[in-house]
Amino acid sequence: MSNAPLFAAQEPIFPRRVSGFFRRLKWWILGITLGIYYITPWIRWDRGPNLPDQAVLIDMANRRFYFFWIEIWPHEFYFVAGLLIMAGLGLFLFTSALGRVWCGYACPQTVWTDLFLLVERWIEGDRNARVRLWKAKWDARKWRLRLTKWMVWLLIAVATGGAWVFYFADAPTLARDLVTLQAPMVAYATIGVLTATTFVFGGFLREQVCIYMCPWPRIQGAMMDAGTLTVGYRDWRGEPRGKGSAKRAAVAEDVGEAARVRYGAGADKDVATPRLSRSGETLGDCIDCMACVNVCPMGIDIREGQQMECITCALCIDACDEVMAKIGRPRGLIDYLALDDRPPVLPGEHAAVRPMGTEAEGATTIKPAPGDPAPAPHAAAQPFTAEGSRDWSPQPVWKHIFRPRTLVYTTLWAAIGVFLLVALFIRPEIEMTVAPVRNPTFVTLSDGTIRNTYDVRLRNKHGEARVFDLAVTSTGALDVTLEGQPGTAVTVPPDATQRQRLYVTAEPGSLAATSERTDVRIWAEDRISGEQASRDTIFNGAGNQ
Amino acid sequence: MADDKRIDEPTGVETTGHSWDGIEELNNPLPRWWLWSFYATIVWGIIYVILFPAWPLVTGATKGVLNYSTRANVAADIERVNLSNAELQQSLLNVDLHALDRNEALNAYAVSAGAAVFANNCSQCHGRGAAGVQAAGYPNLLDDDWLWGGQVEDIAYTVRHGIRNEDDPEARYSEMPAFGEILAEEEIDILVQHVRSLAGLDEPVVGGEQLFLDNCAACHADDGTGMRELGAPNLTDAIWLYGGTEEAVSETIHNSRFGVMPPWGERLGEVQVRAVAAYVHGLGGGEQQVAEPVTEAERDAAADVPEASFPASAEETPAEAGAPPVAPVTDDAGPVRLPPLPSD
Ligand code: SF4
Ligand code: SF4
Repeated sequence: MSNAPLFAAQEPIFPRRVSGFFRRLKWWILGITLGIYYITPWIRWDRGPNLPDQAVLIDMANRRFYFFWIEIWPHEFYFVAGLLIMAGLGLFLFTSALGRVWCGYACPQTVWTDLFLLVERWIEGDRNARVRLWKAKWDARKWRLRLTKWMVWLLIAVATGGAWVFYFADAPTLARDLVTLQAPMVAYATIGVLTATTFVFGGFLREQVCIYMCPWPRIQGAMMDAGTLTVGYRDWRGEPRGKGSAKRAAVAEDVGEAARVRYGAGADKDVATPRLSRSGETLGDCIDCMACVNVCPMGIDIREGQQMECITCALCIDACDEVMAKIGRPRGLIDYLALDDRPPVLPGEHAAVRPMGTEAEGATTIKPAPGDPAPAPHAAAQPFTAEGSRDWSPQPVWKHIFRPRTLVYTTLWAAIGVFLLVALFIRPEIEMTVAPVRNPTFVTLSDGTIRNTYDVRLRNKHGEARVFDLAVTSTGALDVTLEGQPGTAVTVPPDATQRQRLYVTAEPGSLAATSERTDVRIWAEDRISGEQASRDTIFNGAGNQ
Repeated sequence: MADDKRIDEPTGVETTGHSWDGIEELNNPLPRWWLWSFYATIVWGIIYVILFPAWPLVTGATKGVLNYSTRANVAADIERVNLSNAELQQSLLNVDLHALDRNEALNAYAVSAGAAVFANNCSQCHGRGAAGVQAAGYPNLLDDDWLWGGQVEDIAYTVRHGIRNEDDPEARYSEMPAFGEILAEEEIDILVQHVRSLAGLDEPVVGGEQLFLDNCAACHADDGTGMRELGAPNLTDAIWLYGGTEEAVSETIHNSRFGVMPPWGERLGEVQVRAVAAYVHGLGGGEQQVAEPVTEAERDAAADVPEASFPASAEETPAEAGAPPVAPVTDDAGPVRLPPLPSD
């Protein structure tokens, strides 16, 4: 019995280059996401003289978030909360429809690792060259290649950390300050930390981040179900795998066509053309070439079934499709599959349309109807024909995507999105809040006048100073004065909130002075635009004392 | 026991050989870098203990070689703020209090600092909102009625020296005899009605006027409007320090009532006294000095004051420093078009 250690060294992984539909898709996504990330802070957006002209800016010091024409104030944080909820629901939606599609295509860890792998391949060569280099002694060539690779990685890492800080300050100014060593310490520290994490995570830890550090794979596991599309291997078509002779069993010339006729479109992907191994066994479509294993950035074998490590990058699909094309078989031995795509046992038929493994392995295995003879796992090939029962048919992809669950997520997601959009477009440019001062509720002046005090906050979202006229309307006659200044006009600086104390007085013996409470409405009117804001509040009188 | 190790059949993974009530543990080895990062945290812990305060001792804690202390940091922060406000404080000391509100920056500083002084030292009697406590005779500082005067300088004087402070000959000192020992009950009843009638709370009464002139007018003036030099309140207005009911007024006349306030000059220092006076003055009842023309030179001197180092009223500052000067506020409010209140 082996004595397995409690800790194991990281297994080096040398993913091979692959080409195909998913690889191309992933290059596009990589280019677009990285492009957005690096370029966005440099986009300019004219907001007038008093506001920053950076299109996307998180201005911590002044507590503002700028996104093109949108400016978010701290009190509007619900927009950010709403976006976060949408992001969360979006992940639920995508995970329940397409499994770990975020991990495979859009996660920064995946994208940067892909980029780092590209550099690695470019400098050190493809898989075999890299394996050789790994095993080689540390001679001059190895040092040269390694140092070059690390230098390029480091440059990418610095650029990554560098781009991040530009979201928090005016990019051109900060760039100049960074170069001339004038930038704030926190900028250098942030760049340093992000450079280090990018360099280490993208260059060295790679799959370790996904397997051991990231909590998301655990959460995603709970969101997937038997109908979720994820990367899988059609073991019922591929097994038994083996490097048999290329010679096919003569009886099954056109198995694919027969499967299509019998089960409908797409069924050819589920039916193998049996081959004979040298020892005479009937083999499935997998030629055990290990292409799928060699391209896997996580270093796993998808043929063992869906695994915790799989990030559904789909590169093994491309790899196997390449192989299938070469041997003249339909693509999709490895494919986007759901657990319930597994065909049921079809007794007495060709071994290819039948589940592999034991009951414990595949919970969705459909038991043969009572009375049917049990299938023989390695039964000799029987001819697969277009005739016969049609008690199964492949599910089209859209049925996996449009399910009640995903529709509920989509509806929720869209509802929040619409709500946020509406809120964004109807929010006013001027705002006022009124807080009555309740300690004390009113003050009696020497002539018997009753005075109430209100803390008024006026918010001016315009790019220039605005003058607001304050007034009060009520069922009783009330007067307005401002603390500390004559008149009733308040000037609010551009893009700022101004606090102003407001005194409202009722003459002695007037209705408002002798009532307990009077409804009042406090008005602010922008003198330039005529925009109005109002707040309802209460005027406290002395009552019938 | 190592002998108990076995390969778990469904997973194909070796067990650790530990078994608790038949529950075994699979050995899926952790990555070695994880172990190293664990050691790294231990090393970091040791470095931290050397550098920073860490171990609690009987009277304190180990200091650490960096001598880091949050207390010292706070003290240094306070010191720095004081230093940066030193100029403002000097200006506040020198400024003519009557002219204070013509200097916006200095006034804002004084009011803001005064608010803190008030909350710490004055609110215990006058209340957090400065409305006083009528039952206890702590005056309401929000209204426009002042026993000793309501200009900033008057308020500062009161704060500096206190009221009825025996130790300070300059302190304000009001004295009203307890008329319960001097006048007959019927006379007091008449006086109560007369005093209340001065403020329109009661009908005039026969003989009241004469009794008032004989006994009260010396301090409260013939017409009852009071005398600030003596701290004698105005009896004709709507404000009653101890309440305006018959019982309350009768109680005051019988036994005499006056408030006591400690002197704050020494304890707070002149800067804080002036600051809190500015704050109280700004609460809505402060009085202005009878208009004296302000000379150009005075105005310039008043304006020559450094910027306050705290946000004054615009608490959310504009996104870019150096915002342009704000348009001047004009007195005419301009026409405001206001829709009527809803009828409900
Ligand atoms: S790439 Fe396809 S054929 Fe090759 S081993 Fe993997 S599953 Fe089998
Ligand atoms: S098995 Fe590997 S290559 Fe295939 S999708 Fe999963 S992570 Fe990617």
